[in-house]
Amino acid sequence: MSNFITETTPNRPVYNDNDPQGDLSTLNLGPTHPATHGVFQNVLQMDGERIVSGVSTIGYIHRAFEKIAEHRPFYQITTLTDRMNYCSSPINNMGWHMTVEKLLGIEMPKRVDYLRVIVMELSRITDHLICNGILGVDTGAFSGFLYLMEEREHIYEIFEEICGARLTTNIGRIGGFERDFNDIAFAKIEKFLAKFPPVLKEFEALFNRNRIFIERTSGVGAVDPETALNYSWSGPILRATGVDYDVRANEPYSSYQDFDFEIPVGTTGDVYDRFILRNEEMWQSLRIIEQAMEKLKKEPKGIFHADVPEFYLPPKEKVYNNMEALIYHFKIVMGEVDTPKTEVYHAVEGGNGELGFYLVNDGGRTPYRLHFRRPSFINYQMYAPMSRGMLLSDAIINMSSLNIIAGELDA
Amino acid sequence: MANQEIKDKLIAKFGEQITAPSEPFGLLTFETSVNIISEVLTFLKSDTELKFNYLTDITAVHYPEKKDALGVVYHLHSLTNNVRIRVKVFIPTSNPAIPTATTLWEGANWMERETFDFFGINFVGHPNLVRILNVDNMTVFPMRREYQLEDPNRVDKKDYFFGR
Repeated sequence: MSNFITETTPNRPVYNDNDPQGDLSTLNLGPTHPATHGVFQNVLQMDGERIVSGVSTIGYIHRAFEKIAEHRPFYQITTLTDRMNYCSSPINNMGWHMTVEKLLGIEMPKRVDYLRVIVMELSRITDHLICNGILGVDTGAFSGFLYLMEEREHIYEIFEEICGARLTTNIGRIGGFERDFNDIAFAKIEKFLAKFPPVLKEFEALFNRNRIFIERTSGVGAVDPETALNYSWSGPILRATGVDYDVRANEPYSSYQDFDFEIPVGTTGDVYDRFILRNEEMWQSLRIIEQAMEKLKKEPKGIFHADVPEFYLPPKEKVYNNMEALIYHFKIVMGEVDTPKTEVYHAVEGGNGELGFYLVNDGGRTPYRLHFRRPSFINYQMYAPMSRGMLLSDAIINMSSLNIIAGELDA
Repeated sequence: MANQEIKDKLIAKFGEQITAPSEPFGLLTFETSVNIISEVLTFLKSDTELKFNYLTDITAVHYPEKKDALGVVYHLHSLTNNVRIRVKVFIPTSNPAIPTATTLWEGANWMERETFDFFGINFVGHPNLVRILNVDNMTVFPMRREYQLEDPNRVDKKDYFFGR
């Protein structure tokens, strides 16, 4: 029983000798399995359809971002953060920009904060849309997923209008945005705010009181708050267990303190709770975006970055035509500007939980050390222990509702 | 709860063993020794006022020029008081051993495996200290400073070409 995976790996799970008659079978779920939505391998010991024990093997798309980051200037690290949680890249981008701004002590204008809040909440919606849509697919309901994908497409069109990219956005700069939102972008946001609520309502109507869905999800993967905290869970799955920890409320960044929103919490922490909670968070995100759009009307127009020429990359047309911009461009790119020799930890509420950046700076043009606290990595370690005793099909929907993103898991 | 209060409490309990306290960007940071790190973490977690019950992160930083070159960094969070704290322990590369935190938090398991994987820090007492992200037959610890990202003979990206 023990030699069921290849000899090359010391990750071979050590099972108790609980199978004297050889009834148990081994199932390699993954690395590329259509039901796991990403590169995840779980070696499961099965008793019929029930999981006896399992081991998660990760690292299939590890790209050594932390090492690469040590060799890149600050403004080039944004593209690395894109590729962590690619379902909500803008949150990662903004989190990184804010980390550097915290290090450099840059005070952002309110208008930039609100623009950032809009972008971050839109991407939180895309993140939750994917997760809940896929959860529907895994429980056998495909149509809800299609409705939601259309709305995600609309959000991606907004991102496209703001920064030109859709998935790996590289949105914004250190010190603000590279350009102001144009009128089309604002019009698209307004249109989305009007069109999205009925769709989300219809989606909820499809699932929330659906008997098949409730019986399939309720009670599956239930976690109590003590265990969740012990495993350092964060984000929607922690809140579904009843702990009201949300970085946006606990340590407001980017002027989240100006907004009126609620932190929904669940009670049992099962798959159904997580589903309902993510839907509720989307409603709250919509509320925040609406408020931000209102607040933007009171802010002076045309401000889209802080006045920090020594850190904010000037636009190219100015670099080519303007002496001062050329000098600053040169100084930023060549790393001529002194930065404080200190360390900073900054956390934002990503789609999956607390996304932290621990940056140790030695004053050079690259970070001395940069560590990403990746919520997917930390949330996923409970997956194998909590799968014990589950049916295989329950383990599949449990993984969907944890919303583990392979890029963030492996960094 | 103010940082000063936490610092006073720690110094009252551990005295000289709490060194180099600082507050970069309002986050209380201090160093302690590898001998008492378990007690410090246990105290921080179980003290009825501090309640640092949430382990945010474990990672390491390599300073090759220091005598104790490997710094293990713990980020803890007291959700009830909404305060964070950073604890550092420096250990030598020749014997990079430190007691595990998995006895306090289950969540420390993968964080310590990751730190072991990249820095080779031996978390004594860890239930399954094997590589997690890198390939299993790797022999080096790639996040240490001596391992180059690219061809070490390449000079076009050296700092002195950038005026430093």
